[in-house]
Amino acid sequence: MSRAANRATIAALMTRARNEILRVPGAAIPGVLAPTIFFLGLNGVFGNLIQLRGFNADNYLSFIVPVSMLQGAGFTGAATGVNLARDIEGGWFDRLMASPAPRWVLLAGMALSASARALIPAALVLVVALALGASFPGVLGLLVAALLVMGMAATAAFWGMMLALRYRSQSAAPLMQAGMFLLVLLTPAYAPIALLQGWLHAIATVNPVTKVLDAMRQGFLGGVTWSDTWPGLVAIAALMFVLGAAALRGMNRFSARA
Amino acid sequence: MRANLRVIRALGVRSVRQTFRRPQLMAPIIVFPTLLLAVQTGGAAAALDLPGFPPVDSFLQFMLAGAMMQSVLLAGNSGGIALAVDIEMGFTDRLFAAPISRYAIVLGRLMGTAALGAFAGLWFLLIGVIFGAPIEDGVPGALLALVLVVLTSMAMGGIGASIALRTGSASVVQGLFPFVFVILFLSSAFFPQELMVEPAKTIATVNPLSFIAEGVRRPIIGGESAGDVAAALAAIAGIGLIALWLARGALRHRLRTGG
Repeated sequence: MSRAANRATIAALMTRARNEILRVPGAAIPGVLAPTIFFLGLNGVFGNLIQLRGFNADNYLSFIVPVSMLQGAGFTGAATGVNLARDIEGGWFDRLMASPAPRWVLLAGMALSASARALIPAALVLVVALALGASFPGVLGLLVAALLVMGMAATAAFWGMMLALRYRSQSAAPLMQAGMFLLVLLTPAYAPIALLQGWLHAIATVNPVTKVLDAMRQGFLGGVTWSDTWPGLVAIAALMFVLGAAALRGMNRFSARA
Repeated sequence: MRANLRVIRALGVRSVRQTFRRPQLMAPIIVFPTLLLAVQTGGAAAALDLPGFPPVDSFLQFMLAGAMMQSVLLAGNSGGIALAVDIEMGFTDRLFAAPISRYAIVLGRLMGTAALGAFAGLWFLLIGVIFGAPIEDGVPGALLALVLVVLTSMAMGGIGASIALRTGSASVVQGLFPFVFVILFLSSAFFPQELMVEPAKTIATVNPLSFIAEGVRRPIIGGESAGDVAAALAAIAGIGLIALWLARGALRHRLRTGG
């Protein structure tokens, strides 16, 4: 297939994902609202943690907003996996596999649709946070945050699609969601890394999403620097590459078995 | 009477089996509250150093009641989803056509939710004991916490069942999932009320879930528990009565209109 045909396929898959939101908005509402509810809830419950010695932020709203944006991206990406499982169960995906489109184009179409959709819950969380008094991260900080949210959604979509292709059932949905839940929250999500308990400190230190979170958080807590940004970009690129390759492998196996 | 009890038992057992067989229903009751408990315990344990934090053995000990509350709220929601699926698939209509009490059908589902609540309560008590959070009031305290958890799961299950009966739509009941967290975060389930941030702090003072969480927590962290337990029982009774009233209306509406 030509490049133009590949682009058209990706665009068609993205349009389909957009239509799902427009035609059944009720189904998308919980996914859009949940990160904002978590954001407000976490701030209400743990907001006084900033009084702790060693807490390197003076506003918990600013500290927690990137976590909720990443959570929204994680759940949006995982929902792409659930939707793929639904399409597999319904037989629609078999028709997609019978098309001459390369496998990577199909994956890219679905991952990019997740990236675009993830901006909706992220924008809602951001608007609510700014309205309540979170610091504005600046244009550069906002761009970095948006880029990382899109990357996180693509990562989660690859993870969800990999599981959907393996289990071929929507029953795998909790696994898709729990994986992203853990990946995002096993980081210095609630408090700076120095204040985490031993086991979580150890995991957060090696969790690549910690770098992503740090890169997003810098704009909300201060200025954006390249030295705090590039590790986040490398971490998200690595996650996308590894999980994207795994999803592609899953798709090849799926078509071989079919 | 005996026939109704058999129906309640059979439907309760079916409800429990259904939940254990479907990961989508089981995950919110056990998996997610356990993950959140682990993450919050590891991430916010330094809160013990905040002035005014109640004396506890560990942050895990404090958080156990919150995890149980999350679990029973989601068990109620999952029970509602499962009932709505039964309605969508026509199973409930077949039950309505059978010569059994309509209330036994709802009670059967609630018994299933209560059993899941007991399972969740035991699960978190066990986690506490394994990871070094002792139950200060010993076995009687653990039993008291379990009773409160089971009663709460029945009350919350009643709310979920009445919404399912009224709407007959699994997606509508599922759509309430985020609101479970609104209720949860606006209570003292996860943090001492005095240390919460406004407006959550004020709302938590009147949220019935705060009373229940404190009642469940008290025998775990120790201290004078009679007042907290009495307040918890009153809150559970209030929610239960509202659930009963809603379920009665929804059941009548469904039987009258067929949908």
